[in-house]
Amino acid sequence: MNQKKDLGTYAVNTWCPGCGNFAILTAIKTVLSELAQEGFGLENVVLVSGIGCHAKIVDYINVNSFYSIHGRVLPVAQGIKIANPKLKVIGFAGDGDCYGEGLEHLIFAAKRNIDVMMIVHNNRVYGLTTGQYTPTSPLGFKGRSTPFGTKEPAINPLELVLASGATFIARGYTHGIDLLKKIFKESLAHRGFALLDILQVCVTYFNMYDYYSKKVYELVNHDVSDYNKALTKIREWDYNLDAAIALGVFYKKEKPCFDENFISEKSLIDKDINIKKILEEHI
Amino acid sequence: MDDFALLIGGKAGDGIDKAGSIIASLLNQLGYSIYVYRDYPSIIRGGHTFSIIRASREKKATCREKIDFLLALNQDSITFHTNKLTDNCLVIYNSDLVKVDTIPPEKKSFGIPLEKIVKEEKALDVMRNSCIIGCFAKAIGLDWNILETVFKKNISKETDLNIKLARRGYEVIKEVTKIDKCSDKILPLVTGNEAIGCGLLKAGLGAYVAYPMTPLSNLLHFLAGVADDFGIDVIHPESEIGVILMALGFAYAGKRVAVGTSGGGFCLMTESLSLAAMAELPVVIILGQRTGPSTGLPTYTAQSDLHFAYRAGHGEFSRFLVAPGDAEEAYFWAGIALNISWQYQIPSIILVDKTLCEGTFSIQIDLAGSLEEQKVPLWDAKEDTYRRYRNAENGVSPLAFVPQKDQIIKVNSYEHDEFGITTEDAQITKFMQEKRLRKKTFLLKDLEREEVVKVYANKKADTAILCWGSNKGVCIEAAQNLGLKVIQPLVLSPFPVEQFTQSLVSVKKVICVENNFSGQLAEVVKLHGFNVNERILKYDGRPFFLEELEDQLKKIL
Repeated sequence: MNQKKDLGTYAVNTWCPGCGNFAILTAIKTVLSELAQEGFGLENVVLVSGIGCHAKIVDYINVNSFYSIHGRVLPVAQGIKIANPKLKVIGFAGDGDCYGEGLEHLIFAAKRNIDVMMIVHNNRVYGLTTGQYTPTSPLGFKGRSTPFGTKEPAINPLELVLASGATFIARGYTHGIDLLKKIFKESLAHRGFALLDILQVCVTYFNMYDYYSKKVYELVNHDVSDYNKALTKIREWDYNLDAAIALGVFYKKEKPCFDENFISEKSLIDKDINIKKILEEHI
Repeated sequence: MDDFALLIGGKAGDGIDKAGSIIASLLNQLGYSIYVYRDYPSIIRGGHTFSIIRASREKKATCREKIDFLLALNQDSITFHTNKLTDNCLVIYNSDLVKVDTIPPEKKSFGIPLEKIVKEEKALDVMRNSCIIGCFAKAIGLDWNILETVFKKNISKETDLNIKLARRGYEVIKEVTKIDKCSDKILPLVTGNEAIGCGLLKAGLGAYVAYPMTPLSNLLHFLAGVADDFGIDVIHPESEIGVILMALGFAYAGKRVAVGTSGGGFCLMTESLSLAAMAELPVVIILGQRTGPSTGLPTYTAQSDLHFAYRAGHGEFSRFLVAPGDAEEAYFWAGIALNISWQYQIPSIILVDKTLCEGTFSIQIDLAGSLEEQKVPLWDAKEDTYRRYRNAENGVSPLAFVPQKDQIIKVNSYEHDEFGITTEDAQITKFMQEKRLRKKTFLLKDLEREEVVKVYANKKADTAILCWGSNKGVCIEAAQNLGLKVIQPLVLSPFPVEQFTQSLVSVKKVICVENNFSGQLAEVVKLHGFNVNERILKYDGRPFFLEELEDQLKKIL
């Protein structure tokens, strides 16, 4: 396929009507188109997805992509970024994918502050496997594997990545596409590891539209450079208890990135001579 | 002396490994062909650890049981190895710690008060090695200058003090058994891991990703050490799962990448082995076997992952599986594996073991075979639109890498069409399965042009030893002594049926020698219609020693 203006593909969209993923798709396509208009060649963008409803997004966007496996978006994204630090790498994962099966990779990507943008479609339920609890399902969630309710509380992924070293932390909601576009755009301009936790509603297995719409508010006059203030705001809602849910950018910081260590000129290296040298040293 | 062996033993933490390497270097300066076997427990301090250094005029890639020189830093070194001493042996021992009353009086032994000397020189305990090495050097009449040069080259910390301790050892003993220089040709000494590393680098390695695990950790250390000299990226991520996925990211971006691990780590990688196959991403996996199952004996050897490597991964796909048997083959086939992965866009597995990875060999690189970075089939941009999975006669679609102006490069773990978009269509599925699986047929044709089943020793004998991997050295030597033929299939998948058939012409009896319980190669050849008559199997974590293998062969012959 060649690059098309609308960034669409011929793949038939199979998300349920009303699925929150549509908002994420529209927002990212808009932001990428704007990026292209500003002169950034989209051939320099690589999208990486895991497995789950969210992951189909790479089939629907006419941009380079690596449709990976469940839980493993981040090691793939990091390999691509280290191999060619000039690329812009954007990961898409579900909450089961990024916070469950692949949690170790999230912590390490944040620890490295590698310049990768990670968008989590957090619907707090497994959709493609038809309705089981995830790491961010609230305590007592009744899913098909926990018919009497979960006995374990949700994790707060934002608190986790803040502690791990991420330098861009934001939350979005799939009702409210303008805010989504805004945080996507701001994140694309940021250098360092970014986690964007998007409350993406699954209309079929965990419809939270009414609840979220009552609880969400947008952060204003929040100092994104202050770690402690970010932590306080992040802890306001812990994904379990009833509380106000802040949206927007919680934290943003400039810090050295792991991938910066891999920008080097390699054309002058004569490997044959160097191998000879190694062997001579071993005599 | 044409062929002799030295054993140096102590407890973990005594620096036995380093001492063994220095002794190997000393004997190497006399022109001997060297082989070093390291035996150490999976602990940092204590236990019994030893190295056997074998020196011979002709190339030998295995150990004998018999010991001509024993350097004993502790009592265990006497207790465990006295029964292996030859009649003309010399034992040098730490007289402050070791009693030698179990050694028959007719055998030569010499005590040196290492604790006292170390104390007098205000040296570290680990420097006892330098003193005992000095003592050994004098006993074999080695020129002092050789020792000094080797010490300077190999010891970077407290070099002068180490040399001083060696001198004290050198001065307390008289020459016992003169060992003369046997050749002017001095070869480099490399471990199997270093040979693999050099082969990968020669074939254009761009990145190495690994999580530490015996027996492959030293390859990670070696490549990390030379990364800047070769402009390669060496990464140690959070887990073996992270390793293989990161490597596939590298491959997607066009970097020639390898990963290294052992059985447990390879278990974690297998899900992504299938991903590599489905997405048609080239990756080389170096799988160093050790004694399993599970944690098993982490620092000991085995050949029990052949079936695992042969079948690993869900779904059906083409893979290249090769088992080199010594340093030259490790060098050559590591590079070839990298080339094949990129030529066919398939995963390659280099199946080695602790014996090969951590053994030290004199390497004759000019005999290893010519190795170059092979050009990969790239997209020629003649079409308007790039298709990552375009149909091709041999199943191999031309490659393009990001960024590619105006083109989209999509890879996919789902079944996909030529552009890389997900599909569940029956016809496309069948078409793509066949595309991926016919690569094997074309690869096999390519491989049959190379020597992928090797034959050694008495090629006319009607009894043949069948072996693979690190057993090559011991089997060749035993076969030479007993007049047998040796057959060593190097490539195990796709299995080179034609050459294997050729190797068996006029062979009446096949004895399979393996370091496992069940005879895994015997089972693999059976799948291809070949029968093995006898099996000699060893599965206690230790490699075959020459004498024991010969004894077992004699019982069958």
